[in-house]
This record gives sequence, structure tokens and C-alpha cells, in this order.
Amino acid sequence: MNLQSISKGRLFWPLVALFLMVMVNFWFNPDFFSIKVVNNGLYGSVIDILNRAAPVMLIAMGMTLVIATRGIDISVGATVAISGAIAAALIGGSLEIKDGVQTYVSNTPMSLAILAALGVGLLCGLWNGFLVAGVGMQPIIATLILMVAGRGIAQLITGGQIVTIYYEPFFFFGNGFFLGVPFAIYLVAAVAVVLLLLVHRTALGLFVQAVGLNPTASRFSGISARALIFWVYGFCGVTAAVAGVIIASNVKSADGNNAGLMMELDAILAVALGGTSLDGGRFSLIGTLIGALILQTLSYAIYSLGVPPEINLVVKAIVVFVVCLIQSEALRNMLFQRRTRVEGQA
Amino acid sequence: MAQEPILEMHRIHKRFPGVVALKNVGIRLFPGEVHALMGQNGAGKSTLIKVLTGVEKPDGGDIRLAGKKIQPGSVLEAQDLGISTVYQEVNLCPNLSVAENIYIGRFPTRGPLIDWPLMQERARSALKALNLSVDVSLPLFSYPVAVQQMVAIARALSTEAQVLILDEPTSSLDEDEVGRLFEALRQLKSKGIAILFVTHFLDQTYAISDRITVLRNGEFEGEYMAADLPRLQLINKMVGREIDESAFGRQEGASNADSSGRRPFLATQRLGRAGAMQPIDLDVRCGEVLGLGGLLGSGRTETARMLFGIDPADTGSLSIEGVPVRVNTPHRAIQNGLAFCPEDRKTEGIVADLSIRENIILALQAKRGVFRFLSKKRQSAVAEDCIKQLGIKVADAESPISQLSGGNQQKAMLARWLATEPKMLILDEPTRGIDVAAKLEIMDLVKEQCRKGLAILFISSEMPEVLRVSDRIAVLRDRQKIGELAGNDADEQKVFRMIAGVDS
Repeated sequence: MNLQSISKGRLFWPLVALFLMVMVNFWFNPDFFSIKVVNNGLYGSVIDILNRAAPVMLIAMGMTLVIATRGIDISVGATVAISGAIAAALIGGSLEIKDGVQTYVSNTPMSLAILAALGVGLLCGLWNGFLVAGVGMQPIIATLILMVAGRGIAQLITGGQIVTIYYEPFFFFGNGFFLGVPFAIYLVAAVAVVLLLLVHRTALGLFVQAVGLNPTASRFSGISARALIFWVYGFCGVTAAVAGVIIASNVKSADGNNAGLMMELDAILAVALGGTSLDGGRFSLIGTLIGALILQTLSYAIYSLGVPPEINLVVKAIVVFVVCLIQSEALRNMLFQRRTRVEGQA
Repeated sequence: MAQEPILEMHRIHKRFPGVVALKNVGIRLFPGEVHALMGQNGAGKSTLIKVLTGVEKPDGGDIRLAGKKIQPGSVLEAQDLGISTVYQEVNLCPNLSVAENIYIGRFPTRGPLIDWPLMQERARSALKALNLSVDVSLPLFSYPVAVQQMVAIARALSTEAQVLILDEPTSSLDEDEVGRLFEALRQLKSKGIAILFVTHFLDQTYAISDRITVLRNGEFEGEYMAADLPRLQLINKMVGREIDESAFGRQEGASNADSSGRRPFLATQRLGRAGAMQPIDLDVRCGEVLGLGGLLGSGRTETARMLFGIDPADTGSLSIEGVPVRVNTPHRAIQNGLAFCPEDRKTEGIVADLSIRENIILALQAKRGVFRFLSKKRQSAVAEDCIKQLGIKVADAESPISQLSGGNQQKAMLARWLATEPKMLILDEPTRGIDVAAKLEIMDLVKEQCRKGLAILFISSEMPEVLRVSDRIAVLRDRQKIGELAGNDADEQKVFRMIAGVDS
């Protein structure tokens, strides 16, 4: 009985999938769990997965709220590119020697550049929110506009080039360690804590669910559904911008063409793997984080097992397909019913 | 008229699982006549039309077209036989041109190619026959609904129909547009086409019909010439009671005291919304139940939606406690102390997958806003309180509200609104779809709240219910307020007389 109630919990199947994925890694790579201390930083497969998953985890959290309101945002990849380009263009940077001391000089103060990148991310999100909630466009079309145009905007900012950043303090976001743990993980944790507080300690969670489940009844109950949807898209834009800054910092450059490419799909997949229905309504932020980790663990396994690069997308697709099947209640019921029927006959 | 009917349906039976939808129903359509099919909701009008147009197969009875027995198995077959239908919602393709819409599926061709000039020429003349000249090459969506409705009729007629069925064609049209439609119908009449017209509007019935068939509870009530059937009698026949003044004693209003001296809570001056509700003057007083009386389509729900800011008014003004306010969203309405239990509980009321607790506190939390969060403990306290007070039968406030019975769901909706401590409660069909015992309980709850000083606007399609609970009744007809009656000297006959426009 107890087991049954656990398996009905919404996080059960995502956790099972993550556990299996980790075990596959461990099977082929006994060193999977080992963590070494190098230069005051922790290194190891697990840390690496957490660190690499950070951008998708961030975006997927914003995406979770969007999807819970029956929406979708396929422009987050482009927003990543735009915010990365803004940060890179504003920081630029060079190494100068002043009074015989080497100092890093940025074009604009770094804090300002990062605020600008996040602000632009917010604007991108609010633009989507305006199209969906204000104009009444279908979310996939509304965000498709920015998905296409955003790449162009990012390239305009970078002048069609890959802009390299020469300002070392900026590299900390994507490469630095704080108390031994990669800094990007702290960013994920901070956003997750803020979001969990908002969802559980304000009425945001209730309103998002109500709007996703029954928009009409929610409006009739006095929820300002349009304002809510507007800001949810705005928030999603901000998470994409944070991811964009991390990525730009990590690769020390901004590439309007390739930064965040296809990331919207990974984010949506993470949400789905985490057990949030794409029909809107009930959602799980923790589930989404687990979903993002499933994806990253899978990628890690594919690389570490030496799956030939030409088939690794196929392998990824097959695994994702199986994980989705495991989570499908309809399929489980079908299998379960068949088993009981066989037992009944025996 | 000594003519033979062109179409005759005889002793039609239709059963759906659990209900008998049609029992011994017949109808006769004569060439060159407009025949109105009347009846309340659930009387069987739409089922009858579905049987006639081949959507549903009858369980018994026969249909004769020009003396020959027919059994249409689909809309297409019915159309080939000469029975064309125009549905309530225009079901054409808005992105195609007018001409394409009229001839879709039957494009005139020249060899393997569509003959566009010929098609446009024919479309023009088909519309001309309806007194309409528009550019037939433009997409349909560029025209107003009335024109679209005409296009639908032109399409129906282009199949050489002998019988034209119009299922509430006027529900989305304004007065001028209805006039144009009727002109077209009169022309069709003169060409000998038999028209079956379904509507809820009494004025329109009398403006256009020659003959009226009344259905009630799936049974044939009678066929009458429109000229020989006074409105009041028509209403009586639809409602199904010979209304006799002595049969109804004094209704117990919520308060026995004379309410005219009470403080008005909400007052409207010429408040209206184009296409939904003609300008209306209403005042709802504290501690008083104002009933909205009227037949289906008279504008009862439209009035409620307008007051609550769902479909905001575009003319007139509204004041609450003497202060003019603009209520353009439900949120604003709630801030002003209003509450609204909508008619359609499933799609507009409950959020099925949320728990009973969450459903109850939803409006209260919305009134407080996102950041003034009710802790889960306080939510539970509020919910438990409401559950006890209203006697909602639940095992666990955390289970989904969809598990409750209809009556208990409705009580939970009442609880949702009472939790916001409103000053005025709008109840649209609060007793629909729930059993008798729950009905009485809900009526008692309404009266009790009213005695506590709540202003209540009560809407129900069941006139006895309105009469029993209301202190005053505003009578609506065809989206207009036509008068007001004091509860203690109102009875069904007076209300229906007023609706019929007969002086009592």
C-alpha cells in the first residue's frame, strides 16, 4: 500500500528515470561518483552534470510556469543569444597594463552589463506575454516570432561576428567556483528557491494552476489571468537571460547564431520529463529540475560511452521516448491490466 | 390553405440512453409558409431538426417529402432530397471567398478546371435573390455576421432546396440585420419554399411566421396558425401550465417588509452592451432579492455578465452605493463587493482538478491579490467553516471538487463567494442540474444570506422559483427590460402577460 502511494507521487517516475540513467553511467564508468579536489574546486562526473545542466535547468523553470498556464515559449533559445550578445558587447574588455600592473578593463561596468542583459531578457519575455495575453495570439506562434527574429537581433548586436570577451571577472559565472562548487549551480539554486517561495508562499502557484486548468472559471473568480500570463512570460525571459549570461561567460564569447540553439526544445523536454502536463494546470518545479538532470545525464552517458557522434541524437531520442513511455499512466495501466488479466486466468 | 404539406413528420420517436427525447412528435411544413418551432430548453426542438436532417436516426415514425417516404441518413442526403439547414453558428469557411463558400464541394467546372467567372456570376445572382450585393471574391470574414448568415442561406438555397431549416439564425444579429434577413425570408416564401424557423424570440416569431408548432418535454403540444394564437397562450403552451391565478398563493419573499425604502446597493442607468443587451435601468437593494424574469434568450445571463464586468457595458453608467464606478473586469466587480455564480458550473464555475479547499478560497485569494497569501492553515479554516455553514457533504476538503455531486459543487460555489464577504450576489441558474432536496437547501441559503443584508440578483428559467424567492421582479424580453413587478403581487400570469405584451 505504502509503495503504491509513493509510486502515485508525481515525482516518483521522474526519479526512477534519473536513477536508471545514473546507474547506466555507473555501470560503464565505475568512477562516475568519484569527486576530486583540484585547485579549490570540486571536479567529477556528478559535478560536471550539475554544472552543464544549469542553463537548461534555469530556462526549464521559467518554461514550467509558462506551460502550466497552457502556454509555451519557443523563443528562449533566441533570448539566450540576445542576452549573451548584450553582455558580451557591453563588457568586451581588454587586458591593460596600468602603472606596471595588469588590470582587466571592461567597456561598461560588469554589473551594469549583466543588469542590461537580464533587462533585455525580461523585455523579450514581456513581448511574448503581450502577444499572448494582450493580443491573444496562440503561444506557439507568438513566441515563434521572437524565436526567428531574436537570432537576427542577436547577430545585429554582435555585428554578425562571434564577439570574444576579454574580461576575466566575467568568466566567474560560467567557470568559477564558490566554496568548491561551480558558481552556476548557486544561480540555479537561488532561482529555484525564489521560485519555490513564490509558488508556495504566495498565491502564484494556485493562480497559475487555476488559469491553466480552467481559464474561464479563473477569470470569473477574479484572477487577472491576462496580467498573470504576461508576467509569467516575462519571468521565463529572465531565466533565459540568466542562462545566456552563464553560457557567454562559460565560452568567453557571444555567438548570435549558435548560443542557446535548440535549447527551447531541451527546456520543454525537461518540463515534460518532470511530469508537468503540456495541457497546463498542475506543475512541478522540482520535477522539471529532475527532468533537466535526466537529459544532461543522458548526454553525459552518450559521450562517456563513446557512442559514435553520428548516431548520438538517435540514441538520445530513443531514450527520451522510453522515459516518456515509462511516465505514461495510460501505458502503465494497459500493462498492469494485461498482467492482472493473465493472473486472473491462471 | 388547401395545399398539401410538402414535408410531414409523423409520430417521430427518439430515445437517447436514459431519456426519451421525442415522443410522438409531428410537424407539417407547407410550401410558401414560415413555420416556427417553439419550445423551452429541452423541449426537443433540436433533436427534431437533427432527425429531419439525417444527423440522428429516429427510433420510430416516418418522414414524408412531397408524399414520398424518406429516410435521410446524413446531412448530405437530406440536402440532396431538398432539405437544407442553416445552423445557429455560421459554419462556413471564413478564409474562403463568398463565392467559394456558396459553391464549396460543387464548384462549376470547365473541363478539369474550376470555372471561376461562372462561379462568381452565379454567386452574385444567388445573393441578389436575397437582396444582397457584395463583392463575392472577398473572403467571408471581411463581412459582418449578418452577411455571413445570408451567405449561409444562399448556400443552403443553391442546392435547390424545397425546405429550408433555420436554427436560431437571429441569435447573433442586431435589429437591422434581422430585418434584412426577414425580408429575404419573405421573398423565399413567395417563391414557394417551405421554411422551418427555430427561435427563442417571441417578437420575431410573430413578425415572420404563419404557423407555429409547440413542443414541450419532447412531446407534441399542438400546431396553430400564428394569427390565431395570442402570445400569452403561446407562452402558456410552452411552459405547460394553464396559468390560473388562484393556484398560486402568495410567495414567500425573502423579506416580508416593504423593500422600497431600502438602500439601493447597485443601480444602473441605461447600462447596455451592443449585440448583447439593450440599455437597462436596474436597482438592487441591500437585503432584497431582485428576480430577473423572462424566457430563454431574453437577456438574463447577458445582464448578469454585464454587471459583473465579464462582457463590460459600452453604454450607460453603473453606480455602487451611489458612487459611479466602471466595472470592466470580474476583478473590479469583486473589488466592489460583487459576486457571481455563473450558469454553467462546469466550465465557468469549478476548477475541476483543484481541491475543494482551493476552489472555495479561489475568489477570496483573487480579491486579496497574489502577495497577500492566505496560509494553507487559514485556507483550511475558511474552507472548513464554509463547509460546515453551508452543509456541504464532503469527506475531505483536499479531494478534487469534481468528486462532489452537482448540488454540493453548487454549494461550494456559493461558499467561494460568501468567503469574499460580498455585498451583492448574482446567482445565474443556481439550481440547474441539481436534485430537488439540494435545490430547496440552496434557496434557503440564499434567503438566509439576504436576511443578513446581502443584495441578491436571482436568475432562473423556472418562473415559480423566481416568484417564490424574489421581492421584486424585473421582467425582460428580447434583451430589454419591459417592466418591474413587486414580488407580493406578482404571479406567473402577470409575468407572462407582461412578456406577451398584454395589459393585465
